[in-house]
Amino acid sequence: MLESSNLEITRGDHRLFGGISFALRPGTLLRVGGSNGSGKTSLLRALCGLVLPSAGEIRWHGENIRALREEFWKHLVHIGHHNALKDELTAHENLAALCALSGIQATEDQQSEALVRFGLAGREHLPAKLLSQGQRRRTTLARLALSAALPLWILDEPFAALDAAAVDHMQSLIATHLAAGGMAVLTTHQEATIPARPVITIDLDRERG
Amino acid sequence: MGALLLAIVRRDLLLAWRRRTDVATVVLFFLIVVSLFPLGVGPEPNLLRTIAPGIIWVAALLACMLSLQQLFASDHADGVLDQMLLAAAPLGLIVIARAFAHWLISGLPLVLLSPLLAVQFDLQAELYPVLALSLLLGTPILTLTGAIGAALTLGLRGGGMLLALLVLPLYVPVLILGAGAVDAAAAGLGADAHLLLLGAQLVLTATFAPWAVSTALRIAAE
Repeated sequence: MLESSNLEITRGDHRLFGGISFALRPGTLLRVGGSNGSGKTSLLRALCGLVLPSAGEIRWHGENIRALREEFWKHLVHIGHHNALKDELTAHENLAALCALSGIQATEDQQSEALVRFGLAGREHLPAKLLSQGQRRRTTLARLALSAALPLWILDEPFAALDAAAVDHMQSLIATHLAAGGMAVLTTHQEATIPARPVITIDLDRERG
Repeated sequence: MGALLLAIVRRDLLLAWRRRTDVATVVLFFLIVVSLFPLGVGPEPNLLRTIAPGIIWVAALLACMLSLQQLFASDHADGVLDQMLLAAAPLGLIVIARAFAHWLISGLPLVLLSPLLAVQFDLQAELYPVLALSLLLGTPILTLTGAIGAALTLGLRGGGMLLALLVLPLYVPVLILGAGAVDAAAAGLGADAHLLLLGAQLVLTATFAPWAVSTALRIAAE
């Protein structure tokens, strides 16, 4: 369970938001909304432990994530705003490197299959710089198809640059993960439909000041 | 854990192979800088023999500086660094793997080329192993110390110049001991003391630098 109490984040002298409290239980989705610049990415980076909150704390199963460090991170997959792909490496090599970092155990065949499921059949061995924006996003998202064992997914704009079919695929993947007792945090501008789950919504436009 | 370190070293070597012009630039820079001195100073054998260790070592420092800027910069720009900070293994280990790969790419070639360059300076043949050994012990220190500077200047405007100002003074002990080892051997005193001190410095740096780099990287990511 991921909990946050009275979380406040400041960038420079600018207070983005304060007083964010929630408890994310297994099977629950947390949706973070808000306009551009409202601090969605900062909140997600704080939940990962990349950004230090100026007040409040974040706990994983009751312990502060700053103290847990790797013990927390090995339960987490984070898809950031950037795709984290190396232009010179192929889609497959990129996926293998990202899996190794997140501690995802997957064979080469499983990785190929994940890329195929994300519509990259025949593109696995192209350098990432030759892929389109949408294909690059799919390559980095393909990690999720191998991440069923990691309970917490933190996804920053996962649907950006994706076409309708890929958005559907992502939504069903997230729904399956939640049904299996996983947790997901995501930001999106699109009205995503992930059916019939307990959903917590945080609107950062209302948390300001 | 071992699999992760291997995966990181493999990734970095693969990237270096795909960007091999970058690697070649560093090695060619080293070769050219060293080769300029005999041309500029003139063909006086005794003078060249005296300055050879110092010149080769200074060129190695500069070549190392040249490659350090890219150590974390591209990973920072494309978001891979965040994934490293959130990895399932301690960041210090990842830093060690990255530094090892960096040394294989930009330190080891300098070690291997040093005897060839020593020929240009008419260095006595029995000093070649001492020169190579001093570089073998010294270049990993350059990489590890430089990694601290690269992490501290990550994302700063004009980071390259700042990196040089920050790191070059820290290279002074390595330069003195490295070049001193060859001088001592040439004078018939034996290079053991210098090489042992270099070795001790390598152990010290390898112990503390990964921790310092990890802390600096976490600050840069905020």
